[in-house]
This record gives sequence, structure tokens and C-alpha cells, in this order.
Amino acid sequence: MAGSSKFDAIVVGAGHNGLIAACFLARAGLKVLAVEKAPHVGGAAVSLSLTPGWTYSNCSYVCSLLRPEIVRALELPKFGLQVIPYESGATFNSRGEYFAYFSDHDALRRELTRHSPHDADNYEQYARAVMRQCRLIKPLLMRTAPDPVRLRPRDISELLYILRRFHDLGPREMAETIRFWTMSIAEYLDQFFETPIVKAHLAGSGIIGTGLGPYSPGTAYVLLHHYMGEVDGAIGAWGFARGGMGAITQALAASFAASGGEIRTGSGLDRFVVRNGRVTGVVLENGDTFEARTVVSGMDVRRTFIEHTEEGDLPAAFVKAVKRYRFRGSSGKLNIALDGMPTFTGAPKDARFLKGDLHFLDDMPEIERAYDDWKAGRWSASPYVDFLIPTQIDPTMAPPGKHYATVFVQYAPYHLAEGEWDDANREAFAETVIAKISRHSPDFRKLIVHKEVRSPLDIERETGLSEGNIFQGELTFDQLLFNRPVPGYAQYRSPIRGLYMCGSATHPGGGVMGAPGANAAREILSDLGRRIDMGAAA
Amino acid sequence: MVKPTQGAPRRRIAPQVIPQVITGLEPGPFHARIAALNHQHAWTNWMGFASPAVLDSVEFEYFAIRNQTTLFDISPMCKYAIEGPDAERVVNRLVTRDIGRLSPGRVTYAIWCDEDGQVIDDGTIFRLADDCFRLCCQEPQLAWLSDIAWGFDVTIRDVSREIAALSLQGPTSAALLRSLGVKAIEALKPFGIASIRIGECEVDVSRTGFTGDLGYELWMRPPDAARVWDRLMAAGDNWGLRAIGYQAVEMARIEAGFLLPKIDFLSARSALRTNRPSTPFELGLDAMVDLAKPHFNGRRALLRLAGERPARKLFAVEIERDKPAANALVYHRRKREVGMITSALWSPTCKRNIAYAWLDAPFGQTGTDDLWVEIYLQREIRWERRMARCRIVDKPFFVHQRRRQTPPANM
Repeated sequence: MAGSSKFDAIVVGAGHNGLIAACFLARAGLKVLAVEKAPHVGGAAVSLSLTPGWTYSNCSYVCSLLRPEIVRALELPKFGLQVIPYESGATFNSRGEYFAYFSDHDALRRELTRHSPHDADNYEQYARAVMRQCRLIKPLLMRTAPDPVRLRPRDISELLYILRRFHDLGPREMAETIRFWTMSIAEYLDQFFETPIVKAHLAGSGIIGTGLGPYSPGTAYVLLHHYMGEVDGAIGAWGFARGGMGAITQALAASFAASGGEIRTGSGLDRFVVRNGRVTGVVLENGDTFEARTVVSGMDVRRTFIEHTEEGDLPAAFVKAVKRYRFRGSSGKLNIALDGMPTFTGAPKDARFLKGDLHFLDDMPEIERAYDDWKAGRWSASPYVDFLIPTQIDPTMAPPGKHYATVFVQYAPYHLAEGEWDDANREAFAETVIAKISRHSPDFRKLIVHKEVRSPLDIERETGLSEGNIFQGELTFDQLLFNRPVPGYAQYRSPIRGLYMCGSATHPGGGVMGAPGANAAREILSDLGRRIDMGAAA
Repeated sequence: MVKPTQGAPRRRIAPQVIPQVITGLEPGPFHARIAALNHQHAWTNWMGFASPAVLDSVEFEYFAIRNQTTLFDISPMCKYAIEGPDAERVVNRLVTRDIGRLSPGRVTYAIWCDEDGQVIDDGTIFRLADDCFRLCCQEPQLAWLSDIAWGFDVTIRDVSREIAALSLQGPTSAALLRSLGVKAIEALKPFGIASIRIGECEVDVSRTGFTGDLGYELWMRPPDAARVWDRLMAAGDNWGLRAIGYQAVEMARIEAGFLLPKIDFLSARSALRTNRPSTPFELGLDAMVDLAKPHFNGRRALLRLAGERPARKLFAVEIERDKPAANALVYHRRKREVGMITSALWSPTCKRNIAYAWLDAPFGQTGTDDLWVEIYLQREIRWERRMARCRIVDKPFFVHQRRRQTPPANM
């Protein structure tokens, strides 16, 4: 075993949040080790080649939320990260019609007018309402949530900060904000729009990755979660990481290494070593033992505290709260290597809107019915798909003339009511999705060269995300801010001294945002009497 | 549109043509004519349409407005038809002035507010008949109008694309129309509407405009647009007619004392920050608010606001020396920041350095002296800062008696 077994800090799980925390700790001068169960770093932000010539973004597939402060402070562009915005998207319905989303404001207005002049006009009001909510919540992302029970001076000042921002909205917008945070995405969109396909297109962001339907309260917030990112200041814009989402974690690993950090892959955690209520190190599955007085878990709370910590080292109430924390995996994923660019029967020749997210959907009730299947323990017979062909923009992921399709599928249950997630069911699930796409793209099936099919169970097995929940736990109001992951422990510390959490299960949640990792590092360094270095991004 | 010439191969037409909207700028009804004259190839985006910024030279285009006659395509303006038995009630509910006093065949300038008394937009309202109005404005209003009209016996239609429009402005504009045999202009007073013919084309003419001078706006069906344009241009030689771009129009607009949304104020419907919209009183448009009118949108808030001193106000200002003060900050005693400039212009006609300024209370309202603007001058790639004294003046900066004279003068 090379090197010393003693470190200032150990990060368990080298996903993007773990690596971000590791980077900031290493930059503060700590001797840091990151350990990872998989043979590669990245967690759910990986680019893997499963068939020669193609690279897949196997799990997460688009980038918007990654905080620019982090990108800048960790010099990720210097270490190879490029994020390229994509410019459009579309929803095709079963009547052969489509709605295209253009980032060109005038084109979008014309397209909305084509469906409904009222929707075109109301879109401005909708966009403004969502933007106002983004402006309210964005400053909270890179801050530690206050603890409203403990009310130490910092909690009081943070609470006042939130209250002041809220109050500045004025009475009408305060009421709107409460409505927004508690409403369903379907009812929210119904206030603005009349055209089913327009609402269907916009509703997707409210349900992606969540075990809720478009008519479930709380889904309007999930939409906001998908809107509060940016690409170079263009709020709400989404882009591709050049080379796939693994480019983010590869850049993080390079930044970490440049700061003197050490990474060990290929062996997962066996257990945290705890003595007298304090963590003293970790034992890996291969028996390697490392000591550190600071240990940071990038894993979700179920893995961290139920699987890898002795229950006796934790307060019973905390264990109970962790056990009731909801994951509810609801998403599957297909990665497909294509022999060429598929055509879409609903799209005009030379369509200019195929470079972004594509959906095949009539209306919001269709998503709700897809959700009904999930509740019954079946994958959706007519699933909601978020379908993108990044190789129209990113030349690095497939040979010239060939393409890569990433197909995110909502809904797929973690537990099937009948049978298991075996090869036959996985193939049947893929067939449901491919059949749906083929109804709109007849040549799609015959272009398939290779495919990777991932059920929520596969996602859990490969990334460690419990139940395959892509956000490390539902993004509902009961599990947000000072309730994320559990009340009283929303400030990245755990009941065990020296053991911290930095995954998406902590505030402000998932989506390859990186804020949990950076916030955790700030709290850890503060406990060590040091300051996080955000550089010019501060 | 290019017609296939004889002998060209016949294109097979797809059984089903799937539509796709235009991305980028859209050509308007006069585009081919304007493009041929656009020697600068300078276009701006006006509601998604390609609108000329300048065709030849801003300077000469501006002087054509003040000395001859000019033609500017105003088709991209948003236009709404408000029709039906309750049309007057709906328009009265919308705007802050009493629309009952607007006779058929007349136009008025109006503003409308949200329920907090904050201005949404301004525009012109045409009363084409007793129960038939047309609203022309800068920003889309269909959703707002539908909200206002809910429950009334009225239909609201976006007719922006059904009407092509030209602004014919300048001292010789009446003479030009006379030379085309348009009799109706003799009796047409400012803000009047008449139906005329230009060639075989039916055109509505209103004596309106944003130049503070004699001028007309011509409203027609889009298929007639090119023919009307050609007729006007053919008759225009004797009257110095010149097609112009937006930059020259903007100069005349500032001189004539008109405000522009997104430049001088922000619509209450589009502002992201809740403290950005402004009230009619802050904009100095008190005269357009009729608080004696029984009910209109924003009345309750405006009744309350009428008794309060506005927290900030928009003023017309004149600035010493000759350098325009666009986007400049305003200081009191050269030190304390008290406001900012929106539109600014060296007025070639008035020979004054003019601007609009937002000033925090009490500046402008009671404390009017010792105000300064900070102007940055670029002198051969070196920036210099100049503090220039500014003082509050009356609007408009320019209005000519020709504007009101009926019958209109020939030049």
C-alpha cells in the first residue's frame, strides 16, 4: 500500500459533490484522500465508453445547475471543462403536431402564437414569475440553511436574510411565492396557458426525477429547481458538457490532483470508524484502513448512516428521521449508439429545433397516467422521455456521421409489482421506450448500434444512489432547506463529530449543482478555524 | 415572392407541409422596398421584425423629418381591435383618461395601469366607430386586454399582422398628400381619422405622429403595402420625401417629448424587480389621469398616490455644453447621486443638449438647483469625465405650430 494512511480529511464517494468538497479542502491546505467504490471517479456524472467509438453520459446528461462560482474557484475550465449551451427543444404529439422551444425570443413568441396568441402573451408573464422565484432562491443555494430551532446568532441572521428577501417581494409576490412553493406544476401552468402541448412541454421540468405526478402539489418547485441554473448568465439555459458529464468530474479530479489530493478507486467503504462519538477514519471493503479526524460522506443519508455507521453511534431519533427520508426512485435511462441521425415524422424538413430536449407527449394528463403506472409498480406504458442527441453539437461522443442518444425515462419504479428488474424486464422496459420513440421516428430502431438500459435498480447498483433517486432524495418542500436531509442536521454536520455530509441529500439538493459539496467544505473549514477560498468568484 | 418562370422544373409539392416559424428577424410588409434603400444594411429588431436603424445617414434622415417629409414603417407596432356593445366600457376600464369624451373618427394618446397604479404601457387609441376601437402600442397586450374585458360583451383581436402602417412625417407631408389628390386632409385636424385612397388602395389616414410637427400615419391592408409605398415615393420627389430609419425617428421622438417603454420607463407587466415600474405621476403624466372617472384599472391606488409626493420622478432636463448624456448618473452638488438619465440628445433643431432624467425626491420636485450629470467622453480612445450642470425644463423640447394648423400648410 503506497503512501501514508493518515490524512487530514477523507471524502467517501468521488461523485461531483464529493470531489468538490475534496477540492476545496485540499485548496485550504489539508491533506485529503477521496475514496470511490467504482473503478472510476464521477458518481452519476460520468462519461463511459461501452461500445467502440461512442461515449455515453451514462447517468446525468445535461448541465445547467453547476454553480459558476465553483467552476471558477476550482479552475475547472483550466482542467478541461467546457459547457456548451443547446438552443432549443420540442414536444411532438400523437396527432403529428409539435411545439418547438426556441431560445431566440422572437422565434419562441412566433411559435407560441402559432399555437395560441394568448399563450404567447402569457408566456412573458410565466417567464417573469419563474424568474422572480429564481431570483429569490438563487442566493440561498451557496449558503448554509439556517436552523430555525437552534437559533444561534448565525441562524437568526440567515433567517432574517431569507425573510428580508421574501418581504422585499411585496405582498402580492409573497402570496405568489407561497403558492408557487406548494402548487402542482399542472395547476401552475393552467393559470398561464391553454394549449395542451405547450403545457406538456413545460411540465416535464416539474416531474423529472421525482416520484410525483404533474398534478401532485410541490411539483412547481421541482420545475424551479430545473430553472435556477444558467449557462454564462443565461438563467434557465441548459447545456452539454463537452465530452459528456464525465468531463465535469474529470476536471474536478484534475483540479483535486493539482492541489495535492489523492484518489483511490475500486474499493468502497466498509464502515466509518467511530470512537466516543467522534469519527477517526474509515475501513474500506478491501480492508484498507485510513485515519482522519474529518470524514466527509458524499453518499446519500441512507448509505452513510444506515449501511455504513453503527446504529449505536447515532441518536435513535436521528436514525428514525433518516429512515423516513424519502428516495422513491422513479427514473430509468437508455443510452443509445445510433448509426445516423434519426428523422422525425412530425418535424419539418431542416427542423431547427432538434438540438435540444425532445419529448413525445400529448398533454399533462398523459404524464399523470404515466405516473399512475409507477404508483402501481409498473414502468409507464407511455412514459415521459427526455430525449437528446448531444452529438449534433458535441463532436467528441460518436464517430462522424454517427450519433449518441440519451433517453431519460420517467416513470420507472424501483420495486416492480410483478417480477424483478431482470434482463427480460429490463429489455421489455427498453422496448416500451423504443416503441414510443419509433412512433415518432420510424427509422430510429434500425439505427440502433448498441444500447445501455438502466432501471432505478441499476442506477442504485452502479452509482450508490438509493432506489436510483437521481437527487439523492425527493425535492419536496418537506425535504428542502433546513429540513434537508433531516431537521436539525441541515448544516452538513452529523450527530458524529467530525463526520460530515456533502451529497445532494443536503441543501440545496441534486441536479449536478455542486453547491452541497462547496457548502459542506465551507462548514468543515469553519469548524477547523479556516476559510473556504472561493477566489474571485466570492 | 419569386414566381416560377416558364420552363422552370415544376417542384413536387409535399402532401403535407409541416410549418416552422422563422428564427431571427422577420421581413415586414415593406421589407423589399426598405431593403433596396438600406445602403447601410443596418437593421434593428422591432417586435421580431427587421426595422431599419439607418438607411443612409442619421443626420440627413433627421433633417428630412424637420424640413421635408419622411416615410417610416411602423407596421411592427402592436395593434388590437376592441369591438362590441361594451367596447367603450372596456376601453374606459383599461385607460386612465375618460374615453367617453373621444368621438368616433378621433384618436387619443393614453396610458394604462395595473391594480397598483403602475403604468403598463402607453399608446394611441383610435375610435373608428361608436363600438369599435383600435389600440396601438409598443408591447403585446392581448393577455392583459383579455383580463380587462372578461365578462363584457366585446371581442378583442390582435390585428397587428392585418394592418400595415407607415408614418409620413414632416412639414411637406400635407403637400405630398395633396399632390396625390387626397382631399380629406384639408379638414383633418390633429388626432382626426379619415378614409382615403392612394391609387386604388384604401387607406386610413390619421393626423398623428411622434415628431411634434405636421405628420400623418397611414393604415392599410398588407397586400396593398408595396403599392402605397410606391405611389408615395413616386409623388415624393417634389416634396423631398425620404425613407428613414429608427435612429432619426428616435431623435424626433425625444425632441417632441414622448416617452418610450423599456427606455424611459419599464412596464409594470415586464419588470422583474418589484420596485421598477412607475406611476403616471412619477412619469409626469398627471394630465392623462382622470380620477373623477367612476372606475378604471388602478384608480383606487392612484387616488391614494395622488395625495403623496412621488418617491422619484421623470423630468425633462437641459444640460450645459453639447455632449449628449445618455445613461449618465445625476448628482446633487457634484457629489450625491440622485438620479440617472434615460434618453439624451443634442437637439439639432433646438440647438440644446436635452435629456430625460429620473430624480429621487425631493430633487427636481422642490430642490431644483445644483444638479450635475457625469458624462464620459471618448476622445480618440481616451476617456474623459465631465461634470456638466443640468436644469429642469418644460416638455416638449420641440413643437411647431404647423402641427395644429388646419387646413395644413403646404410646407
